[in-house]
Amino acid sequence: MAETAPILEMRGISKRYPGVVANDGIDLDLRPGEIHALLGENGAGKSTLMNILYGLAVPDEGEILIDGQRVDIVSPHDAIQRGIGMVHQHFMLVPVLTVADNILLGAETMANRVFLDHVEARSRIRALGQQFGFDIDPDARIENLSVGSQQRVEILKALYRNARILVLDEPTAVLTPQETDEIFVVLRRLAAEGHSIIFISHKLYEVLAIADRITVIRRGKVVGERVPSETDEDDLAELMVGRNVQLTVDRGESHPGSVVLQVAGIQANDDRSREVVQGVDLEVRGGEILGIAGVAGNGQDELVESLTGLRRPTAGSVTLNGADVTGWKPRRLYEAGLAHVPGDRHRWALIMRFPLRDNLVLTSYYRPPFARGLIRLDDAIEAWAVELIKRFDIRTPSADVPADTLSGGNQQKAVVAREFSADPKLLVLDQPTRGLDVGSIEFIHRRAIEMRDAGAAILLVSAELDEILELSDRIAVMYRGKIVQTLDGRTANKEEVGLLMATGGREPDEAESPAGAST
Amino acid sequence: MTSTTPKPDEQAPRTGSERRTELLQQVRTIASVPLASVLLALIVAALIILASSVVTTGSVNFGLPLVAYGALLQGALGSPQNTILQASPLVLGGLAVGIGFKAGLFNIGGYGQFVLGATAAAGVGSALSTAPGPIAIVAALLAGMVAGAAWGFIPGALKAWTGAHEVVTTIMLNSIAGAVIAYVILGPLLAPGYSFGRTGDLGNATLPILIGPNIHLGVVLAVLAVPAVWWLLYRSTLGFEIRSVGANPSAGRYAGMRPGFLIPFTMAFSGLLFGIAGSTEILGVSYFMIPSYGTSIGFDAIAVALLGRSHPFGIAVAALLFGALRAGAGLMQIQAQIPVEIVDVIQAVILLFLAADVVVRRLFRIRAAGAIVDVKTVTRSYGGRTP
Amino acid sequence: MDQIADLLTSIPVLGVVFQLIGYLVDTVPVIAPIFVGLAAPIALGALCGIMNERSGIVNIGIEGMMLSAAFTGFLAAGLVAQAFGGGTPGPVLGVTVPILIGVAVAVVTGMLVSLLHAWLSISIRADQIISGTIINILAFGLTGYLNRLIITPNPRLGAGILQPWHPPQALVDLPVVGWLFTAFFAHGPIAISVLFAVIFLQVMLFRSRWGLRTRAVGEHPRAAETVGIDVIALRYRNVILGGIFAGLAGAYLTLEQSGSFQNGMTSGRGFIALAAVIFGRWTPLGAFGAALLFTASEALRVAIGLRPPTNELGDVLRAIPNEFYGALPYIVTIVVLVAAVGRSVAPAAVGQPYYREART
Repeated sequence: MAETAPILEMRGISKRYPGVVANDGIDLDLRPGEIHALLGENGAGKSTLMNILYGLAVPDEGEILIDGQRVDIVSPHDAIQRGIGMVHQHFMLVPVLTVADNILLGAETMANRVFLDHVEARSRIRALGQQFGFDIDPDARIENLSVGSQQRVEILKALYRNARILVLDEPTAVLTPQETDEIFVVLRRLAAEGHSIIFISHKLYEVLAIADRITVIRRGKVVGERVPSETDEDDLAELMVGRNVQLTVDRGESHPGSVVLQVAGIQANDDRSREVVQGVDLEVRGGEILGIAGVAGNGQDELVESLTGLRRPTAGSVTLNGADVTGWKPRRLYEAGLAHVPGDRHRWALIMRFPLRDNLVLTSYYRPPFARGLIRLDDAIEAWAVELIKRFDIRTPSADVPADTLSGGNQQKAVVAREFSADPKLLVLDQPTRGLDVGSIEFIHRRAIEMRDAGAAILLVSAELDEILELSDRIAVMYRGKIVQTLDGRTANKEEVGLLMATGGREPDEAESPAGAST
Repeated sequence: MTSTTPKPDEQAPRTGSERRTELLQQVRTIASVPLASVLLALIVAALIILASSVVTTGSVNFGLPLVAYGALLQGALGSPQNTILQASPLVLGGLAVGIGFKAGLFNIGGYGQFVLGATAAAGVGSALSTAPGPIAIVAALLAGMVAGAAWGFIPGALKAWTGAHEVVTTIMLNSIAGAVIAYVILGPLLAPGYSFGRTGDLGNATLPILIGPNIHLGVVLAVLAVPAVWWLLYRSTLGFEIRSVGANPSAGRYAGMRPGFLIPFTMAFSGLLFGIAGSTEILGVSYFMIPSYGTSIGFDAIAVALLGRSHPFGIAVAALLFGALRAGAGLMQIQAQIPVEIVDVIQAVILLFLAADVVVRRLFRIRAAGAIVDVKTVTRSYGGRTP
Repeated sequence: MDQIADLLTSIPVLGVVFQLIGYLVDTVPVIAPIFVGLAAPIALGALCGIMNERSGIVNIGIEGMMLSAAFTGFLAAGLVAQAFGGGTPGPVLGVTVPILIGVAVAVVTGMLVSLLHAWLSISIRADQIISGTIINILAFGLTGYLNRLIITPNPRLGAGILQPWHPPQALVDLPVVGWLFTAFFAHGPIAISVLFAVIFLQVMLFRSRWGLRTRAVGEHPRAAETVGIDVIALRYRNVILGGIFAGLAGAYLTLEQSGSFQNGMTSGRGFIALAAVIFGRWTPLGAFGAALLFTASEALRVAIGLRPPTNELGDVLRAIPNEFYGALPYIVTIVVLVAAVGRSVAPAAVGQPYYREART
């Protein structure tokens, strides 16, 4: 097989976004009938590369060859024309339309110039489904289908367009283990029939189970290529997260006090009513930092929202300083000693149009010294803002400027200033340094350790493994809605935590693993 | 950050002149697009007038726009009290719509809130026509406020508690209000002895005239409403909550604010302002209410709020401008034979340029914040999803 | 109000309901032609709304679009008639050259105003409700101004109106269904065309390629783009084509119903059309039904005046204030909206400006 000419080649693809190099001279080739895994952490540049292939983004440099011919792909239409099909991580299906309508859309089977031929379309869809072992009712509405079935519709959609090259972006992220097994069977069958598949994932065991070849990318660059028979999870994990251990801030000894936050058996649903937090138990003591490590999307957002009053947990209890605070609204929690630096500062933490001054009192504007009854006390607010700007080194011309004129680092410093200065007993830090410059990161890390040493209990949630390792006194790894293991922060190493994040700590031969179940 | 000596006064209070230049700078940033839009609209209207001269006289009369605008200016400034009288309900309505915008709400229900307030004031006023003046006036005004506020509260509550979009519900409530006032005025409030359906005489409930021939007490209320709403929005915690929830509902929730209260409250307050506008027009200008009372206040108020960029002082200026146009239009019609409706055209064209602010900014090379950035999001939840 | 309460407690409600059904069966054939005629502009406006909202654009400017079209259609027909004659009704449904030109001008006006809405809400990405509001204000202002400037000084301006069709007597005399022919076809050509337009759009929306793409773009534009559909172009096209229906609605008002133009003569029909879109759950047939229902309550009031019901029913209906019938459609709309919102039946992407995936 190694001798066959590649069906697709991407050569020297580079793509820069303001402040980020998403792809840095990536080379990738795909052979006919091959399942080629693209492995990398979130943000490594996998999706950007595939968006370029599908015409949803235009590369700054590089070229794409199909069957040895140079092609220009500037829109999805071009990609479809050239036989490329893509199954997006967030399905591109219209929920209220039927399976048949979704598959037809854009590639309609026509009875005449105006009207669709539903009969013909249905029989074609059924035939395709049978060919690949799908049992799908063309007249079912997408919104009534399980996620696994929706994914099959996406695959059928691509096949209906005669796709020869199939790109699946994190196809297993939303699937149950059983559905994952089933989709693997489907993918092998497709490959056997001559389709070429690019399989994007950050899960090591899956890649090992399904791929013929594995390309690993990190920070926009290809860092290695492997064949499953000649590698293992440790090797891949090392490639994926990198071995270079960064210099860490000396965080000193922690002196844990009494328990501040006690979480018992908490469960929560996401916005689509799927249970994504499945019984989490946590304990954070005063004077320590508990880091929750995990690949984004394993229920961390919903866990944080359940603890900070933005989402109602469906079960379990939260105790703060001995009081049961389950289901409390944000303000009551703040008054009970919570401070919260949300992961998405634009959505939750700042009102970008408002002056910095107002943002610095967003959670305390209503009480003395900033207000007396209904009356805002602007002098007090101004004085406090000036003080925080100085204390937290927020680089701004004045407290009057709107928050959106500040740099990202200074915006985050403003949020940190507001929340850290509220004298909290419990501090929840969700991705506190995402997207920031090195200076701001270091500053915020140092402040977090000061808060710890002053006796605050800190719950740190981050998808940045380096950050977790640098700050945490204890590390809890979250995987698929559960805490799979808790480690000592002083002795944990990156490879160990990375492996837990990627696999949930299961051995490859465990029953739940798709590798063991495949036939 | 090369300086090694600390600068403790870097954030210290600035001098008075610094503050003034900064304020001027701010006003220029905010007002440039509206001013440019007004200017462009006047040019467009001049072209329309020019074209109209062909229709009226059969030839192009290049002097006509100047004659018309001259007459307009003369009419507006020659009788400033008429300008003020015209502007008074526009100020109240503009504030009402503007405070809605600040909360991310679009109150198109001004008509309903206005006429219900007017009818309630007319009803109570005529019932108390022989009571002591202050009591009758206060009671009539209160009735108008309550009626307007109630009519505003309904769509606010529906939005907050069920998610029904206020644009559709307020439009429906306008029509329902029309039916309600027709029923009430032709029923319980019908004054006997007239050849047409109307409410009874106001007697002591009539608002006193304070200045000149026609400046009544209601104008004072409109003038007072401007700083009052400004204070509410910018100096009170409640106003901060209203603005926060309007600008970023998620952040409002994070900060512990309650949209379930703020949205109905803001809509009710908006309705209350329209209610005052309706009451004072009846108690101070027309003295009775009829079932087919026609007014374009609902849409005029939207125009005022958009031009005033939802800021109380901006709204006051915009209302004065539109009031002046309306006050001067009569003289213009007499002297230049240009129908008074040109004012509606000017008003609409101003809005058009405000909406197409990208174009205006390119024309005038303005680098300012978006003109109606506050209201970019009122359609946010139209499809029924809460933001 | 006490009277109603008393009546409701003193007589068996079920009896009144049966009497009401009997009364409706009796009177609907008589009043149906009235309310089908009244429903025509509302239904046309609703079709315009459906074209917009199904592709993801909120349109509260239907009122203004109808008003502008009513004006320009009337003006064009009148001016042509003045210049070339043509005051007498044509032999077939009153169709004359001036009226035909008037209708064409009205339709083009509807499309042009829609183009403005499309530009503001798709290209400029102004808030769509603000854009619609501006269109309403602009239409009201411009037509009011031009009406005073051009039409008021020429009171005799006009080209007459389209004439109703008289369905063959044999059809009308058919038992049971005969009255339907009178109800739906004893109208001028524009009102008759409504029924066909509704069916046409219903079929197109749910059976044609255009319809499938339109629904997809209104629900999930990103998904449509990933299968190669040009979201922006489709939205532009649909908004502009929707203007045809608003234009016809305007033409109906001045060239089929009344033969004259008054300021603000749409008197809220555009807004009722919007309500009909919601009530009819964004389907042409549903919206047409809603339009009929809305005008039926108005017609019921007329019927009660013409043919007062007897028995207890008469007492009940007379006790309800007249104005209630006028307000009924709006009350029903609010109730429907409140009940429907939780299930979110509006096209999911409606009101949200569309940004193509960053391509730079």
